[in-house]
Amino acid sequence: MTAEIGQFALILALVLAGVQTLVPMIGAWRLDPAMMAVGRTAALLQLLFIVVAFVSLGACYVTNDFSVALVAEHSNISQPLIYRIGATWGSHEGSMLLWVLIVALYGGAVAIFGGSLRESLQARVLAVQGLIGAAFLGFLLFTSNPFTRLSPIPLDGAELNPVLQDPGLVFHPPVLYTGYVGLSIAFSFGVAALIEGRVDAGWARWVRPWVLVAWIFLTVGIAMGSLWAYYTLGWGGWWFWDPVENASLMPWLLATALLHSSLVLERRGALVSWTILLAILAFSLSLVGTFLVRSGVLTSVHAFALDARRGVYILGIIAAMTGSSLALFAWRAPVLRTGSLFAPLSREYAITINNLFLLAATATVFLGTFYPVFMDVLHGDKISVGPPYYKFTFVPIFILLFVLVSFGPVLNWKRDEMRRLLPRLRWPAGLAAVTLVVAAAVFGIAHLFAALGLALGVWLIVGAFIVLARRWRIGQVSRSDMFGLVRSTPLAVWGLVIAHAGLGVTTVGITAVSAWQTNKVLSMSPGQSVKLAGNTITMVALRPVNGPNYEANQAQFDVVGAFGRSTLTSERRMYPSSQTTTTDAGIGVGILGNIYISVADQNPDGGLTVRMWNHPFVDWIWAGCLLMAFGGAVSLADRSLRVAKVERVVVRPLAAAAEPVIP
Amino acid sequence: MKRALIALVAAFALAGPALAVLPGEQLRDPKLEARARAIGSELRCLVCQNQSIDDSDAALAGDLRVILRERILAGDTDKQATDYIVKRYGDYVLLKPPFEPQTLLLWLGPALVLMGGAVWVATMARKRNPGDEPPPALTPEEHEQLLRKLDAESAL
Amino acid sequence: MKRAVFLAPVALFALVIIAFAAGLGRDPSRLPSTLIDKPLPVFDLPAVRDGDVGLKTTDITGQPRLLNVFASWCVSCRVEHPVLLQLKASGVPIDGLDWKDEAVDGRKYLVEQGDPYRLAGNDRTGRAGIDLGVAGVPETFLVDRRGRVRYKHIGPISPDDWSGIIKPLMDRLRAEG
Repeated sequence: MTAEIGQFALILALVLAGVQTLVPMIGAWRLDPAMMAVGRTAALLQLLFIVVAFVSLGACYVTNDFSVALVAEHSNISQPLIYRIGATWGSHEGSMLLWVLIVALYGGAVAIFGGSLRESLQARVLAVQGLIGAAFLGFLLFTSNPFTRLSPIPLDGAELNPVLQDPGLVFHPPVLYTGYVGLSIAFSFGVAALIEGRVDAGWARWVRPWVLVAWIFLTVGIAMGSLWAYYTLGWGGWWFWDPVENASLMPWLLATALLHSSLVLERRGALVSWTILLAILAFSLSLVGTFLVRSGVLTSVHAFALDARRGVYILGIIAAMTGSSLALFAWRAPVLRTGSLFAPLSREYAITINNLFLLAATATVFLGTFYPVFMDVLHGDKISVGPPYYKFTFVPIFILLFVLVSFGPVLNWKRDEMRRLLPRLRWPAGLAAVTLVVAAAVFGIAHLFAALGLALGVWLIVGAFIVLARRWRIGQVSRSDMFGLVRSTPLAVWGLVIAHAGLGVTTVGITAVSAWQTNKVLSMSPGQSVKLAGNTITMVALRPVNGPNYEANQAQFDVVGAFGRSTLTSERRMYPSSQTTTTDAGIGVGILGNIYISVADQNPDGGLTVRMWNHPFVDWIWAGCLLMAFGGAVSLADRSLRVAKVERVVVRPLAAAAEPVIP
Repeated sequence: MKRALIALVAAFALAGPALAVLPGEQLRDPKLEARARAIGSELRCLVCQNQSIDDSDAALAGDLRVILRERILAGDTDKQATDYIVKRYGDYVLLKPPFEPQTLLLWLGPALVLMGGAVWVATMARKRNPGDEPPPALTPEEHEQLLRKLDAESAL
Repeated sequence: MKRAVFLAPVALFALVIIAFAAGLGRDPSRLPSTLIDKPLPVFDLPAVRDGDVGLKTTDITGQPRLLNVFASWCVSCRVEHPVLLQLKASGVPIDGLDWKDEAVDGRKYLVEQGDPYRLAGNDRTGRAGIDLGVAGVPETFLVDRRGRVRYKHIGPISPDDWSGIIKPLMDRLRAEG
């Protein structure tokens, strides 16, 4: 019964999404307020029914209703409750249901919080959002129905992929999808603006918080995915340039560009058509990512659902959605008002160059990810593009970008002068230079590249804080005046500083772990000791243990280092239901680095294969990402306050002033 | 503090790539083993698709790791050892694709995008010299004044 | 000119979509063989069957034939096996290479499943298979009368694969001088 409720709710949601697309679109065209209002109601009802469907599927999992095919394939009697809940979105069908749920959530948010939007703009945004929802609800119902029944009903189910049976599953997909799908709002706003033929500072002010939300979730989602891979895959890597990772990185890169370009649009009314193009491309890359994962066009360790028919459907959605919006762009963008002007040395210009580098970085990842497909189609040759390619292409682009990052926030808007600019950067530049020299002296010239990386990190962190120092006029005004300046510092500035400093922290982490990680592979028996990076690691016990739905070989290690002693356990798990083995690494976390131990199979000599790493500063990678996301959140807090305030005073007249845009 | 420094230096003392080699496979000579690992990390495991043979637990990857080490012990250069595998499995095993006419766009694409974009941004800057900026629009009062003035003139 | 700039994204996008659409039908795991039109690598393998001669490269000449790589631990080989037995019955010469397998297990497999092979060699270490560029089993090579590889089939041979792809090729090789 529950499954039928879910099924019926999905069908109703599809109908409502259709209504949400057509009625407000026509209403906005005929300037009919009643028809435009239908969009809001439809969006909220669509959300309600998708929530019903989602909860139904969740209930089927929790009660282990094996008459539902999806539940029988991904759950069983011994599967713990948390992974039965997680399995709701752990399968292909479930994850697509989560996808449409989040599309509808954003649509509902526009319906509820978009009350201050121009009515026709809100109606059109909701219409485009409805179209996205309809396309994916159709995909769900026609190719990936989660509620298909089984007959006869099996007594027990199979199992959720054991690699996914991890707390990471519960959080990672929802967070990442909230980021991916959040870009749909930017897309809808972009397309609506093209239809309206009108883009102004007010438009940018409305779009920016949505982009910021999507960007925050993408940042956290990617960092979580990387962390999950780090502790679960058992060989201590944190980024593999795997197609599925790249699929999340590309939208992030463009969302970062969009975040900055919309700032220029909002503040200075420039980069109008470029910002719209970015909004279209960023969400399109989210769609391409879905295509990549769901179609099997590139085999990858992550591609859990490989089905060509689904690939064709999603490719159709991309072709129709992105194709028509890009065509609309080609038709309408040339008549959009071009923005105000800026000099070659100005903050606008710095952000333009930032966008250029982020675009080049995106293009690099795109080429690397899809070139094997192009080669196969054009020449029939199979090639691989792996980490070494990105080392020679992506990394140099990012190093140049990072050098530029600290220039942006100290530049004035509109126009600046080189002789005034350079002294502002004396502290970051000086400290970075000192870092470079000291690091090169301590670690030797062989580690020059690593020394450069550390210097870059210092350049970014100090470069971020110099923004505050300048704002507070440290050393130029009296202490009491300075406190006034500190108190009046807008949250947006704090956000910028935290995010840019986070980038520096991540850079230090990446540099250190790439240059100085050490590793040992050996066969160990209880009682044996080995030295790794100043630590003495002893295997103290080896015993079989049983989990709820797995059997494991558990090894216990005693780690004695300069900071004391700790105990790590590392397991090799065997899931009998699906005959799969997984690794649960033992990780000793420290501020200077992690000790990472994973165990594999028994060796012919009776010992256990043990792989151990010292990963210096690796946690800084994720800490920096969290800082970036936190900076975004701080900035968002500022905006939401200010948007509400400014709304009544400034935005309305501004929008009115920009009225006649299309001749 | 001193202990922290010692730990820091010790942590950085040795450097090497991270791998999933099995204990029995490793070469005695750490220099040769380091070479084998470096080569292995740039060769793709055929069965698992997106791992290097050094990261993989697959049996075939293990066989290829052993072959690689045999070639190195036999005195092969890095390139000869790599070519030995490529001769059998093709360019597909190279995680770093070869630079050849067909991969020109792959290797030069990023630089092309960057340079093309730089040219575009530069022309934009030249066109939009701030000196060419049109005067700011008239305020309503100014507009009013202008109209009155024009009216006055035409009345003459 | 300005229009052209705005049209560029949609044009580039069209190219990408065409490539994706063409790429959908392809299996990224099917690798072409590097041995096409080249002689078989040299190997000399011990027998799988009792009192047999084994499998030597120099024996795989004279007439066009199939060289089938199999293993007792391989599940999809069991799917393919009836097809091989049928081919043998219709007079197609097939040699077998028992890859990364103990000879005892290979022997048992042939006794249980039937024996479609003319010659059969045991490649316990897997080196001969690696020289052939084998990534997984089953794989089947079509070898011409001069001992050169002309085609490689990855995965089990279905009746359709045989009648649609391999048989026409084999007929052509037979017609060659």
